[in-house]
Amino acid sequence: MSALLSVSGLSKSFGAVKVADETSFDVAPGAAVGILGPNGAGKTSLFNLITGAMRPDAGRIAYLGEDITTVPAAHRCKRGIARSFQVPQPFGGMTVFENALVGATQGAGLRRQDAEAHVLQVLEETGLLSKANIRAGSLTLLERKRLEMARALAAKPKLLLLDEIAGGLTEAECHALIDTIQRVHGSGTTIIWIEHVVHALLAVVERLIVIDFGKKIAEGEPKAIMDSAQVKEIYLGVDPDA
Amino acid sequence: MSAPVVTRATPASRVAMVIAVLALVVLVAAPWWAGRADMRLMGEIFLYLSLACLWNLMAGYAGLVSVGQQAFVGFGGYMLFALTMFGGLHPVAAILCAGLLAAVLSVPIAALIFRLRGAYFAIGTWVVAEVFRLSFAQVSALGGGSGSSLPVGIVKSLASSRSGREALSYWLALGAAVTVIAAVYLFLRSRRGLALTAIRDSEAAAAGLGIDIWRTKLEVYVVSSAFTAVIGGLIFLQKLRISPDAAFSVNDWTAFVIFIVVIGGIGTLEGQIIGTLIFFALRETLADFGTIYLMVLGTVAIVVMLKAPKGVWGLIRDRYDLELFPLSYRVRQDGSDKGA
Repeated sequence: MSALLSVSGLSKSFGAVKVADETSFDVAPGAAVGILGPNGAGKTSLFNLITGAMRPDAGRIAYLGEDITTVPAAHRCKRGIARSFQVPQPFGGMTVFENALVGATQGAGLRRQDAEAHVLQVLEETGLLSKANIRAGSLTLLERKRLEMARALAAKPKLLLLDEIAGGLTEAECHALIDTIQRVHGSGTTIIWIEHVVHALLAVVERLIVIDFGKKIAEGEPKAIMDSAQVKEIYLGVDPDA
Repeated sequence: MSAPVVTRATPASRVAMVIAVLALVVLVAAPWWAGRADMRLMGEIFLYLSLACLWNLMAGYAGLVSVGQQAFVGFGGYMLFALTMFGGLHPVAAILCAGLLAAVLSVPIAALIFRLRGAYFAIGTWVVAEVFRLSFAQVSALGGGSGSSLPVGIVKSLASSRSGREALSYWLALGAAVTVIAAVYLFLRSRRGLALTAIRDSEAAAAGLGIDIWRTKLEVYVVSSAFTAVIGGLIFLQKLRISPDAAFSVNDWTAFVIFIVVIGGIGTLEGQIIGTLIFFALRETLADFGTIYLMVLGTVAIVVMLKAPKGVWGLIRDRYDLELFPLSYRVRQDGSDKGA
């Protein structure tokens, strides 16, 4: 089987804190995978390692069959890995449109008119078109999170990494978000999604990975994972004996 | 709803363009209407404006806060003297060569100082400039520590009459300022400029979206240094005399330039023009008061930094949503210019 992304034996620690501890998993092309784990489990660090924002101490990351462990972040994006940041990192002095245009021109390498048309389409899809001329620095937190996704989508990713984008949404907004992600997934984009809003996650993903203290502790079918006593105890804080 | 359209020019930018062209025509004709002293002053203004635009590109966009660009001002000046006196080049050719040599020289310097971050980078650039100053002071053929004057023969090769030389020197300064502003503007307007602006706002996000940060910064550093050396050559073509202390003065070529950029508005092009005008207005009114002039400059800088950290242009831009150099993209929907 040829995986789109293959992570093997990935380790990274800061002093005594292990943010990734011999983590291994594969993601097949076109898959949608959810990542669960308590705060500080190393979920965002895992994204940092996959996108190249952080270098692992040990282990290997393969993408499209190629070893990209030492490839710089910018080149990983050009090859089709894009992410949203958990703590939004907008280009504050640029407008919403320009933020997304960065993804389209730099990440996807689109030329002028193609880039502009693509960005308009992405902004429409993510409900940001009416904010196109607003400086990203003056957006609300929720709008910033949407911009994170818009910018990543503008880069035309093959592999989209979403980091907690459903928190704080109303029921209706959450449904709209799920629709958008399902559409993106339906168009062939592979998705890895870190999310605490479990019902949103379960509406999209077909596989779950649970991590704690940087270690992968469970992986499999969402229903089986959510029902397992170990996950309930570690992630949901439920005492299995109760 | 009609399909949204992406535009860049604004009514204000079109008006500004027309005014700029008219102003340029008037300025080109200065040798026929301005006095000798005024032309000298305007030449100096153009060269400072160029230095400010270049420093702003480095510090305001690429995050390269250098306090050592005097290294390249002085290098350009000294190359003008060396290449004309010993290489037999025409002064204008020597100045262009100085720019190329500075570009080549800036690559190994960048490899060294780009390892440093923030304040360490700033100090590193200053150290490099001091190394330049001390090195040129050792060259006895160029007058060592006391410097040298441009030989009369070379000065005369520019133009036979004094007024001809002054007009030429003025036009060169004006041409340099127009070239620098146009180059910086066109670069910022391009897709690489978009990448640079993104780096200014968030390096982490920029890298994640496919921007090679190191390479982009290197390009900015090399191009800024080359242009800075050309400006340095023109500065000392006006002065006709060079010495290590004058050529590599941190006050003249960096502190004043930072003042211009900060009060005008860092990270904007319009701010550099405003900042340069404010600086020269202060200098011309206060120069007679000696050190008080420097104290006033310092006070103005502190007040602006506290009250208007985005500079004078930042205040104007935020209040009136103005943009004279149309770098932004605006999405128009249903004939309206504004977002919802």
